[in-house]
Amino acid sequence: MILSASQSFLIFLVIALCTIFTRFLPFIIFGNRDLPLPLQYLGPILPATIMAVLVVYCLKSTAFSAPALWVPQLVSVAVVVLLHLWKRQTMLSIIGGTACYMFLVQVVFA
Amino acid sequence: MKQAFRRAFTLSLPVMAGYLSLGIAYGILMEDYGYNFIWSGLVSLFVYGGSIQFVALNFLKGGFSLLTIAIMTLLVNSRHIFYGLSLFNAYRPMGKKKPYMIYALSDETFSLLCSYKDQPGLDNNACMFFICLIDHFWWTLGGVLGGLVGSLITFDTTGLDFAMTALFVVIFTEQWLEAKTHIPAIVGILSAIVCLNVFGSDNFLLPTLIVAVCILFLAKTPISVKLREEEGK
Repeated sequence: MILSASQSFLIFLVIALCTIFTRFLPFIIFGNRDLPLPLQYLGPILPATIMAVLVVYCLKSTAFSAPALWVPQLVSVAVVVLLHLWKRQTMLSIIGGTACYMFLVQVVFA
Repeated sequence: MKQAFRRAFTLSLPVMAGYLSLGIAYGILMEDYGYNFIWSGLVSLFVYGGSIQFVALNFLKGGFSLLTIAIMTLLVNSRHIFYGLSLFNAYRPMGKKKPYMIYALSDETFSLLCSYKDQPGLDNNACMFFICLIDHFWWTLGGVLGGLVGSLITFDTTGLDFAMTALFVVIFTEQWLEAKTHIPAIVGILSAIVCLNVFGSDNFLLPTLIVAVCILFLAKTPISVKLREEEGK
């Protein structure tokens, strides 16, 4: 631990409160009223957009200047997708992809 | 009630897999930073946000003001605002269960709830509540276990955090397979890649979501047509 226990506690407290705030915000703003029509349109389609953004977010440090900066994550993502299309078992896809990534960064591109 | 719990348990099994492996990965990483299983367990219980907990590991190296941390957290978690909007109507009849269900609205719980299909003869609201509760439990248990395991065995954990990426890729793939139209997913990917290059890797999440939502509004006609076509089938 670099920080003291009380410093760490404060950091986690701030993170917890901010997280709670973002989760409650729409319910605070709109309460028991109906959502405005434009937001009703977004509701069903937004999840797919958000997950796509999150995937790119996880891969944000990818760069193409050297193989070590893109091969491990892109190959492992491909492994996850292929495993999932094949067996459609979340556990298998996650463990398989993560094992592949760990092998690539620890052994192949060490 | 029992049936509702049983269905919730079954539905959350994939999340159990993801949360245990990710939660354990988190506990191990926290252990590497010098925080034992009590820390990782309590953080997982109270913060309960996968990506921000991993991002927060950087904060533990020191040198970040609380204001910076607050802004980073709001940015990383700003997507939760959109989860609430997506589930706004589904949450309406939840009554006393509602505050906790908002509190426990993680990425994975959101993905289960937004794809939840009512089952006749079942207390579906209770089932959705149990999904929140069970997911929360698996995540916290993972944090505790990871801390305990991490203090028993030591091995090179480099790359273990890829489990988070893998989980999102799995959910993305699932949504892709079940989607009525791929336009929203493609809009998400392209907006993110463009904004990543424009705003840089530290600040692109919020601009991406705003740009993506704008494009979704601009593409309202083709998307609505696609959705109606699929519903007609």
